[in-house]
Parts: sequence; structure tokens; C-alpha cells
Amino acid sequence: MSKPIIATASLAGCFGCHMSILDIDDRLLELIELVEFNKSPIDDIKKFTKKCDIGLIEGGCCNSENVHVLKEFRENCKILISVGECAIMGGLPAIRNGIPLRECFEEAYLNGPTVVGNEEKIIPNDPELPMILDKVFPCHEIVKIDYFLPGCPPRADLIWDALVALLNGDEMKLPYEVVKFD
Amino acid sequence: MKTAVKKTIEKYGSDKYRLMDILIDIQSEFGYISREAIALIAEDLGMSEVDVEQTVSFYHFFSQKPTGKYCIYLNNSAVANMMGRAAVAATFEKELGIKFGEVTPDGLVGLFETSCIGMNDQEPAAIINNHIFTRLTPFRVKEIVRDIKEGKDVSEMLVADYGDGENRSDLIRSVVSNNIRKIGPVLDRDFKAGQAIEKIIKMKPEEVIEEVKKSNIRGRGGAGFPTGLKWEFCRNAPGERKYIFCNADEGEPGTFKDRVILTERPRLLFEGMVIAGYAVGATEGIVYIRYEYKYLQNYLENILQKAREANYLGKNILGKKGFNFDIRIQFGAGAYVCGEESALIESAEGKRGEPRDRPPFPVEKGYHDMPTVVNNVETLCSVVKVILKGGEWYKSFGTHESTGTKVLSISGDCKFPGVYEVEWGFSVNDILDMVGAEKDDVQAVQVGGPSGAIIAPNEFTRILGYEDLATGGSLIIIGKNRDILNDIVLNFTEFFIEESCGSCSTCRIVPTLMRNKLIKILNARGVKQDLADLQEWGKILKASRCGLGQTAANPILSSLKNFPHLYEEKIQKNKTYDSGFDLNAVVKESAKATGRVPII
Repeated sequence: MSKPIIATASLAGCFGCHMSILDIDDRLLELIELVEFNKSPIDDIKKFTKKCDIGLIEGGCCNSENVHVLKEFRENCKILISVGECAIMGGLPAIRNGIPLRECFEEAYLNGPTVVGNEEKIIPNDPELPMILDKVFPCHEIVKIDYFLPGCPPRADLIWDALVALLNGDEMKLPYEVVKFD
Repeated sequence: MKTAVKKTIEKYGSDKYRLMDILIDIQSEFGYISREAIALIAEDLGMSEVDVEQTVSFYHFFSQKPTGKYCIYLNNSAVANMMGRAAVAATFEKELGIKFGEVTPDGLVGLFETSCIGMNDQEPAAIINNHIFTRLTPFRVKEIVRDIKEGKDVSEMLVADYGDGENRSDLIRSVVSNNIRKIGPVLDRDFKAGQAIEKIIKMKPEEVIEEVKKSNIRGRGGAGFPTGLKWEFCRNAPGERKYIFCNADEGEPGTFKDRVILTERPRLLFEGMVIAGYAVGATEGIVYIRYEYKYLQNYLENILQKAREANYLGKNILGKKGFNFDIRIQFGAGAYVCGEESALIESAEGKRGEPRDRPPFPVEKGYHDMPTVVNNVETLCSVVKVILKGGEWYKSFGTHESTGTKVLSISGDCKFPGVYEVEWGFSVNDILDMVGAEKDDVQAVQVGGPSGAIIAPNEFTRILGYEDLATGGSLIIIGKNRDILNDIVLNFTEFFIEESCGSCSTCRIVPTLMRNKLIKILNARGVKQDLADLQEWGKILKASRCGLGQTAANPILSSLKNFPHLYEEKIQKNKTYDSGFDLNAVVKESAKATGRVPII
């Protein structure tokens, strides 16, 4: 049997969950023996080159590009996992969900105390830029998500145990003591 | 206003730990707590304004905007809805010409919703300016609104007959009914104030604890910690002062037995606190009572005063040298989470009612960081009987694991809702017989309130007790004609969302996501995976700091487990995924703000 293939992405997240993946320390060596990585910031492969078995998603969706990437992952991965607070619940970026989008724009680009040099009062509108969504969405509201790994970030051991359980076809144990939101 | 605020602050000795009392007085005098009032309080108490404001903003019954000369809080609990709240609410809105959450333009009346106010056996109920109105009907609402418009004082409006027992007494004069249906050995009238105190002053404190331990009594709030052990921990904990708290915050929807005990057996309760004080070596007792029961304040204060006059409280109690103990009443201001003991202590210190990290437990570091015992109302009452009649006597009631009796609050679809004191060990079936519920007509029973479990008829043989169905005492009987998911589960989930203190991200967010998913299922848009997701997410809540967060998913989880068909018949069979997400729709706002044509 060929090695299972993993892809990962960070959408509207802080990369903390990816750091937590790296935090499995020397087990990384064991991991790359067990699996092959495809599209992921870890190996810097930018485009899917083949169908994958497992997709790990960090972060929710705050703009149209996030949505496209997430949909691409859904098409290319057999199993899709929401990793961490932002992917599951929207997390910190979703704090803006209670504020109308226009107000957020105005604070960020027109009226905020750190705004300098925007004499023309422009809210960035280059066609190259992704469109900002009116709210930040957790991933499962956009595509089907198969599993959830909670935590902020999920601890390295939790990610490791989940991957091992998945690769072995075991049921994932999630005692609440391992779930941490720091 | 300035002088009034200053006077209130002085009344409480300019003590910042009495901030709750100061705010309660200001709220009730002015109908809201203004910016200026907050600034004055902050200045006088040597606090920052945001520190005052965070307490103000935390509690449901504090408002930073005027709430009207007449402030109406209509209960929105599940049982209120079962008993016809919708028509009552609609009549209030129609007669007053405002929606819930609004105040009439002339500032006369404010109309608000509130979580369960402990009147489940006489719903629909409302609080108007600290007076309770029960068994409301559209007709009664019209009368009330008419009286309001005529400018009558709320105390003059109680035209119908007063309730039973002490509710009729001059210091209460309320329409609330006790509905005591069954009295057991703890609540019987076989008790005279001072009786147990006379007995303990001849005993050593250790002997008192030993007797309580012998009875095997466990905390009646729901968690069931052995009371004697708690007292012993507190007695042995180092600290220059020790405190006894009585937790009378009963906020669990469907629970109202503490209200009845406070009305009918307050002397028993206070005596229990004196015993606890003697046993652990405390000098001060605080009864923390939920704001909803403020109508009992004068009555209870009067009884405390009588007890002081009889030297059941005060210095050298009944001539025992060095036995000093007094009790004060602390009111909350509307927060379910304050029923959690460490949140209750925070609140009594004038802060937001956010649970503390534990350990240290209150018995080591509680009120003012001193060793503190927090006991339920019923526990403290039971202890008096344990002292009078002995631990062995107490153990003769109930089961091996659950000794003694339990006071139950029973409401919902039955003939005789009210308060019942029964021995532990009754089955749910026994209870249904006792309360006059037609068994063929019972679809489910909610045991232990929203944080407990909803069980189906095949489990009605289960036994009430710590070894099987533990409960703080609330049983809600749900008839066949009720829509469990919509009427009960959704209502309870929204209750937890409303009452979360917001400290843990799990409890602040997951219940909302679960509620949204439940609504999706109720709208026939759910798919099979939604059910699996609900179960998965429910587990995440276990990472919350306190019982509220940890149990917030219970309405959904226990109904999923015991009534899976209700969910399955609502989900779409031909789809594996459906979220209704539409990228075109969610970029519209951004396209408008930036003037872009959406390219997506």
C-alpha cells in the first residue's frame, strides 16, 4: 500500500495550529516515514499535484480566496479535518461578526488611529484582492467537514494521536483533559 | 442624584466589596445606573470606572439605560411557554404598544424577557418592580396595564387573593403560592428556633462535624459533595476568618423549592447556618439569594432581627462564650452562573459572577480568600434535623448511597405541580403517580433541569439518587402534545447561551453553533452528519471551567440519545451536505463598501 497523502492549509488563522503540528517534535521524522505531504505550507507545495487522503484545515473563511481554497481541499481530499478554534468556531477573526463590515473597513482604512496617508479615502478595491465576506465563517458552514480537532491551538499530542488513530483506522479518543484553549 | 448615590455608598460603608448592594439600590431607585452614577461610585470606592461598569454590565437586572417607572420582566422558561406564555407576551406588547426589550416613549413602562424566575408551578409569571405576578392570562395582563396607566403603585395592584402560608403575611403580601404537596422529616413543623443551637453548644465543634458525617448527607444543590467532609476541610484550613455561605441562588429552570423553604422554614435554614458556623469556626454567614426573590427581603430581615434579639445570632450565642455568629443577606442581580459556588463568592464580593479556577476550592480560599463553606438551602435545613435527631436517624431514610430526603420541585404537565419532600430512592414512575400525571400522556421527563437529562418512558423505572439519577430536585413533566425539540431543547439551549459568563471560548461559542444547527434541523434543512457534529461538539464543552459550560450541551445531547427519532425524522434523506452557504450573497456588503464588481 502506498503512503497516505496529507495536505494542509491555513485560512483565516494565525498559523498557530501549523506550529502545533511542528510541535510533535522528533515524531515529525516518524510522520514523514508514515505519510507523504502534498499541498501544504510545510513543504511549500502550492498546488495539488494529486488526490490526497487527509486534509487539515486551520482557520475559518474570511474572504473569497479562503472559500476557494477550502472547496479545492474538499474536492481533493477524502477526509477533511477542521483543526482548532478558528476552523471550528471562527475564532478571533470572528470577533468582527458583530460589527457591520463597512464599519470594520472604515476603522481599518479610513478612521483608525494608525491610518496614515490615505488622503483619497480609499477602501482597498484592487480587482486582484479577494473579496471580504460579510462575516467570518467556520469551515463546516462552507463544505462538509469530517472531523474536528478542538483547541487553541490543539496540542501537538492531540494532533499526533488523531493522525495515528486515523491512519490505523481506530476510533479517536478525546478526553476533555487534552482539550486546551489557552 | 449625586446626593442619593453618595448616601447609598455611605449606607454600605464605602466598601467596594458591597458593590452589588450599592448597585441594586441605585438601580431600584432610578430605574437604571447612569454613567454619572458609575463615575461617582468609582471615585468614592477608589475603583476605576470600567471595574464598576463590568459588574453593572454582567447582571441581567442592572441596566445602563432607563428601564421605565414600571419595569416588567416576563419569564421565558420552557414551562412558562407550555402554560400559555405566548398569548400573555403578545397581550403585553399589544396593550403597551412596544416590543420586548423596549421602553414606552413616555418612559413609563419597560418590557423585558428574563430566564426562569423560580415560579414554574404557577406560570406564566412576571416580575414588576420586584413584585411577583403569577398565573398570568391575557385578561389579567389587560388589568395590569390598565392599573399601570392609572398610575397605581404595584403593591396596590395585587387585587387577586394572596398566596398560601407566609405569602399572606404582612411583610410579604404576595400572590405566590407555596404549593407544598408533601412534607417529610426535614420540612415538617417539628422544630422550634434555637432548639438545635442549645444542643450544639454542649458539644465540641468536632462532635458536630462527626454527627453530620455519620448521617452521610450530601450537598443538595446537585453535585452531591459530602457535607461533613466539606465542613471538616474548612475547619482544618488555615485562615484568620471563616465564612458560611448559603447558596439560595436557585437558578436552574424548574427549581423553586428553595423559594418555598425561604418562605416557610427560614428559621430552620438560619439555624443550619449557625450550626455550620459553630462547626467550622466561622463568625459570619451570608445567604446569597437570587434577585428574583427580593420580595422576601423584609420578611427575612425581620426574622434575622428577631433571632438576634433572642441571641440565636450575635455575640456569645445563648451564653456560650466566644461563640459569635451573624448572618447577612446578599442579593444577586440575575445571573444563573452565580449558582456555581466560586462565581457566587465573586458576586458577593461585588464582582462579575465568573467562576474561579479550582483548585483552590472555597473551603481553602473562598470569600475574601478565607476558608468558606458554601451549602445549599436544603442541606443546611437537613443538618438541623441531623443534629436534633442524630445521624443514624437521618440515615434510616433514603438509600445507602443517598441518605435522607430530597425536596423536589415538580412542574409541567401534571395535576399537582409543587414541592414534595420524598425519600431518595423513588422511581420516576412513583413520582408521576404522586403528582397526578397521566402516564399514557407523558412523553418525557426532564430530570435536574436543563443541565440534567431528558428521559423517555422506558427509563421511568430509574431511581432518584446519587447512584442513578442525581438531581438538584427539578422534574419537569412533558406531555404528549409538546414538541420536545422546539419547546424544550431549543429553549434550554438558548437559556445556556443567554447565561454564559463568556469567560471560556467553548461555552461562549459552541452552544450558539449547536443552537444554529438545531434550528437548521428544525427547519428541515439538516443532514445526517449534523447529528454526528452535534455529538462531537458537545464533547468540546467539557473543557469549560465550570458546570454551566460543561452541561450546556446536555439538552441536545440527552435528547439525541433518548429521542433520536425526533431528529432523524426531520433530516433530509437524499443529501449528505447542505449548509445554504452562498458566496454571492456574502460578498455583497463588501462589493458595496469598496465599489467593486464581485469577481468570485
